[in-house]
Amino acid sequence: MTNQILPSSNLLRVNGLVKHFPIYKGFIFQKQVGAVHAVDNVSFDVKRGETLGLVGESGCGKSTTGRTILQFYRPDAGHVYMEDVDLVSLKGEDLRKMRRKMQMIFQDPYASLNPRMTVGEIIAEPLLAHHLADRKEAIEKVGSLLHLVGLNPAYYHRYPHEFSGGQRQRVGVARALSLEPSLIVCDEPISALDVSIQAQVVNLLEDLQAQFNLTYIFIAHDLSMVRHISDRVAVMYLGVIMELTDREELYTHPLHPYTQALLSAVPIPDPKKERRRQRIILQGDVPSPVNPPSGCRFRTRCPLAAPICAEQAPEFREIATDHHVACHMV
Amino acid sequence: MSELLLNVKDLRTRFHTRDGLVHAVNGVSFFVKEGETLGIVGESGCGKSVTVMSILRLIPSPPGEVVSGEALYLGRDLLKMSNDEIRHIRGSQLSMVFQDPMTSFNPVMTIGHQVAEPLMAHQEMTRKQAYARAAELLNLVGIPNASERLGDYPHQFSGGMRQRAMIAMALSCNPPLFIADEPSTALDVTIQAQILDLVKHLRDEFGMAVIWITHDLGIIAGLADRVAVMYAGFIIEEAAVDDLYDHPSHPYTIGLLGSLPRMDESGQRRLTSIEGMPPVLYQPPTECPFLSRCTYKIDRCSKENPSLMPVDDDHRAACWVDTTTGKSRA
Repeated sequence: MTNQILPSSNLLRVNGLVKHFPIYKGFIFQKQVGAVHAVDNVSFDVKRGETLGLVGESGCGKSTTGRTILQFYRPDAGHVYMEDVDLVSLKGEDLRKMRRKMQMIFQDPYASLNPRMTVGEIIAEPLLAHHLADRKEAIEKVGSLLHLVGLNPAYYHRYPHEFSGGQRQRVGVARALSLEPSLIVCDEPISALDVSIQAQVVNLLEDLQAQFNLTYIFIAHDLSMVRHISDRVAVMYLGVIMELTDREELYTHPLHPYTQALLSAVPIPDPKKERRRQRIILQGDVPSPVNPPSGCRFRTRCPLAAPICAEQAPEFREIATDHHVACHMV
Repeated sequence: MSELLLNVKDLRTRFHTRDGLVHAVNGVSFFVKEGETLGIVGESGCGKSVTVMSILRLIPSPPGEVVSGEALYLGRDLLKMSNDEIRHIRGSQLSMVFQDPMTSFNPVMTIGHQVAEPLMAHQEMTRKQAYARAAELLNLVGIPNASERLGDYPHQFSGGMRQRAMIAMALSCNPPLFIADEPSTALDVTIQAQILDLVKHLRDEFGMAVIWITHDLGIIAGLADRVAVMYAGFIIEEAAVDDLYDHPSHPYTIGLLGSLPRMDESGQRRLTSIEGMPPVLYQPPTECPFLSRCTYKIDRCSKENPSLMPVDDDHRAACWVDTTTGKSRA
């Protein structure tokens, strides 16, 4: 897929994105006592037709990044350019129009479908809400969408509880596709599914991408699956991107100490390789995003930490072509 | 590695539900030798947790019912013991760690008390001795300032620390057999690596046998000596760990390994998904439970449910077809 992309064809540009969630204390007279630093100064580009993997451990801000890009949350600072339009400056009807071009697939296929609507109504709703079809056209369109995601079009009148997790996730995919978006943010779309079903959904996403030249931001904590599906991968830690580069480069030559530790921690389903592997075991837990460490956020667990790491936040530098790392020691 | 520690024969467990009788475990037999690590792999609902909970007599009855079978621990049948006898064995001889570190502690008792409790119950230690030992154990599993944290409540511990404390509690009486039910699934990969490292270390130090239940074939590859794969309440393949990954013989095992993306593999291999989904267990199957999803099936598969048959030395699979040739195994 990568070879079809022209160098200048960025679909999405994220520049200095910041999202903090305030913490209030008190019941009637509320006072802000702090903030969760969910996303701090995140910048990256996404090319048309590619898949950008966004990985990190729970609480690292990867989902918040995805949601802030789609303007579910309005950022505290920074810009998000979709086809050169700054989404942050848009409001109301203008933003609503842009929303057609970007959709989301959610993690939990049990919670993200309204249990009181039929599957057909769920998939038709975006079409009707955006006045892109009348009821009759919508029903037709839903039939072809159901077929496209590998479900029987006769399922139109069934309710979500009649389906298994994998089938529900297919419904979520059909809903995201109904507006023919160019960008789909997939927020852990397979982590709630069993292994044998995960492969079905991933294969479906790959087929659809090839068919419609879709662009994906694939948010996940499963590093093996991210390697499988992504063209480029960004590694996040405590709200900051630590490393961003091509898939092959990241998995074969990780430069950031966090990426190295993260990759070494992933078990490989091969007993002989597992016995030979050297693990980098990180000490301790991820610090709280309410009070992130000064300087480099990884320094409290970093095997290479030096005094400078506490004083100064490392710049997100391009170390080699298309290989960005935020670390003083690299 | 010689003496038989646990020998389970033809275990059957059912649940009486409003929708009917669920046949959760259907004649499972396996054994664990001293100092050996057995991995039990399967997807959700395959009966892997119910199997070990039946052995430990932790199945609530009603609705559950262990219908038949034997679970011989050093020659004595756990399923026939009185409640007092099994209580004595649980915790001191067989101890178990559960999946969810958030809910397996009592939230209104201190960590120190909960880790010390089995010592007071089984080893007749005084409160003072037990607390001192609890501090040692927490230290052993890598909780910093353990003696000062005995008075902490579970909510003051992070997920990884709670799972460590859980392991400390399970190991407090040096049990010969340690059962772990997906203890690392709810954790992030770097924390998971810490826990796996800890268990391997403790296993080698104290020479205990381990039963490790998981859906993650990667974890099992690095940990187990032997593996049992479960599907629909049956063990469908059993082999030494290298043998299983090198020569998987049951179509389900082959499918599972094929559907896993591999972090050590580059390139865009298409994942081989297993179509369909696992059967609902309202009826005891008369045919092979994997039949509807199987690509190797022959006539006999729909007439008789295969039991485990030898494939090789110490390698058994429940399949009528020799998957290397595609011909009947008769």
